[in-house]
Amino acid sequence: MENHKDHAELAEVFNKDEQRVDWHDETLWWIRQKRDKSVNQIPEWELLRDTASQIKNNVLSNLSSYLRQFETKAEAKGVIVHWAADAAEHNQIVLEILKSNGINKMVKSKSMLTEECHLNEFLEQQGVEVIDSDLGERIVQLAKEPPSHIVLPCIHKKKEEIGELFHKYLGTPAGNADPQFLTETARQHLRETFLTRRAALTGVNFAIAETGEFVVCTNEGNADMGAHLADVHIASMGIEKIIPQRKHLGVFLRLLTRSATGQPITTYSSHFSKPRKDKEIHIIIVDNGRTVQLGREDFRNSLKCIRCGACMNTCPVYRRSGGHSYHNAISGPIGSILAPNLDMEKYADLPFASTLCGSCSNVCPVKIDIHQQLYKWRQVIVKNGYTTKAKTAAMQVMSWTLASPTAYHTAGKAGRLTLKYAPFMVNNKLNPWYKHRDMPEPPKESFGEWYNKNRK
Amino acid sequence: MTSRDKILTAVMLNQPELTALPTLSFPEEEGINPIEKFITTLTGIGGQVINVSGYDAIKNHISKTTNPNTRLITNITVLDDIAEMLIEHPGSLQDVELAIIKAHFGVAENGAVWVTEDALGGHRVLPFICQHLAVVLSANDIVADMHRAYERIGDDAYGFGTFIAGPSKTADIEQSLVLGAHGARSMTVFLMK
Repeated sequence: MENHKDHAELAEVFNKDEQRVDWHDETLWWIRQKRDKSVNQIPEWELLRDTASQIKNNVLSNLSSYLRQFETKAEAKGVIVHWAADAAEHNQIVLEILKSNGINKMVKSKSMLTEECHLNEFLEQQGVEVIDSDLGERIVQLAKEPPSHIVLPCIHKKKEEIGELFHKYLGTPAGNADPQFLTETARQHLRETFLTRRAALTGVNFAIAETGEFVVCTNEGNADMGAHLADVHIASMGIEKIIPQRKHLGVFLRLLTRSATGQPITTYSSHFSKPRKDKEIHIIIVDNGRTVQLGREDFRNSLKCIRCGACMNTCPVYRRSGGHSYHNAISGPIGSILAPNLDMEKYADLPFASTLCGSCSNVCPVKIDIHQQLYKWRQVIVKNGYTTKAKTAAMQVMSWTLASPTAYHTAGKAGRLTLKYAPFMVNNKLNPWYKHRDMPEPPKESFGEWYNKNRK
Repeated sequence: MTSRDKILTAVMLNQPELTALPTLSFPEEEGINPIEKFITTLTGIGGQVINVSGYDAIKNHISKTTNPNTRLITNITVLDDIAEMLIEHPGSLQDVELAIIKAHFGVAENGAVWVTEDALGGHRVLPFICQHLAVVLSANDIVADMHRAYERIGDDAYGFGTFIAGPSKTADIEQSLVLGAHGARSMTVFLMK
């Protein structure tokens, strides 16, 4: 097995600072509450979710035609369409577009796909400088960290830490951690970048098969500043970003931002249809494992995701373990059902990083059965032998105990006696169940014992 | 086989059986005054709405609230006495203090206005690069929600179009809301009755 820390080990690092955990937990829950407030103002919310879910089901069932239609329409408007089977090919296409235009500096707005493809690292190795322009992404870029949340990339960082980063890299006074001041500094610093970069890369929120246009949503305006000032605009999208018709945007744009942050819509929802005169728009359509996921009947619904982040904000495990503990570009519940498709062994731990409480599925705007998929991934992972030895051994003992009434009653009694007379036997560092957790008072007897005594 | 054909073949092989597209049936919410709702919503997300009776009132408001030594730009001909007219090659737009543009319509449920590049003289970056943005909107042109918005857009063949809802903003630093991230620091809608 590849040597990397799993979710539990990484969460343990995050959990060392209890105050920070509480702060992280409360901040994300506050965003979840903002979502609820916003959603409750829309009487037809559930109908919107149902409709969005059905549209996405249709998209998955007719994706090959929609992709072709999108390509034809986009090309007819002068957009250049590329196809990338995997991350490496995507990165190579970006590099070639830049090279053929003699460009070695690029500005980028938020694109989780480029995080998935590790584009920045690749381009830097090739001598291309990439500057992330979303404020949160710029902050984690300066900190040399990946984003910890798909919508709120630096939600794990305290303003004092951001102040220090800005002091070190952007020359702000030491000790200044005022969000207004820091944001203004980033505005000035990045404006210069926008004005001088000849290439801009953006993500894609929705690509419309019917028209060949694509939509990019931001609050900051960074995607637009980059794309409209550059000679070359590259837009990277996964194959699942397609929606059939323009009017379907009415459904998705109503759902997306209310689910994400509780805003009624992002500040900017920009529809790119044709390149400006003498400028280029390139679209790179990326597979990178998505067609495999499409073929997994139990898991293909994960491709309906519109990347709002609501499942992370509501998840009791995400809120208390932080995005980095998922060691994947996309963290939280949705990341945990997407990642095992890419590498079942490397991400075998993620479907277990859940209480299966189902809160993620309840808030999902496109009704992905996230918690059920987490449960199903566990079974697939165990069947394929990717669980740790300790978990396999423990599960075998449990399976034997539950299958034998004698063993079950003995084990129950032993457990109660141990907790009563020798709690140190289990309340120690060797037992992970005691980490950050107190055990309940054991009952004096089991229901079975009580019943046997009291039945007349 | 090219990557394109490889991907399309894999999609074809793996996609599930065809399911039908749902019909969109979202009747307009009753008992709501779209103009009032638009004003409340846009104000709630940091925008400003000023009711005006005509362009004189707009000129009056702008001259009172804008430093005369700054660059104002517009492509609304009747405003050519208070702002520079947007031409084909306006030079860099980075020093524009205020851009005054026209929107096709507004959306009551989210405070957004729909702007296409023809109203920007082809200068797509204008409403983002200006320090402040002013939008002229007729009060008759407010639709209830995004379904009505796309009905209205129909199959318009714009090269670029955008919904703009309030000033540019971020809350990336500890969820503290800051207006004026990379785009306009403020958005004023002149609502023409």
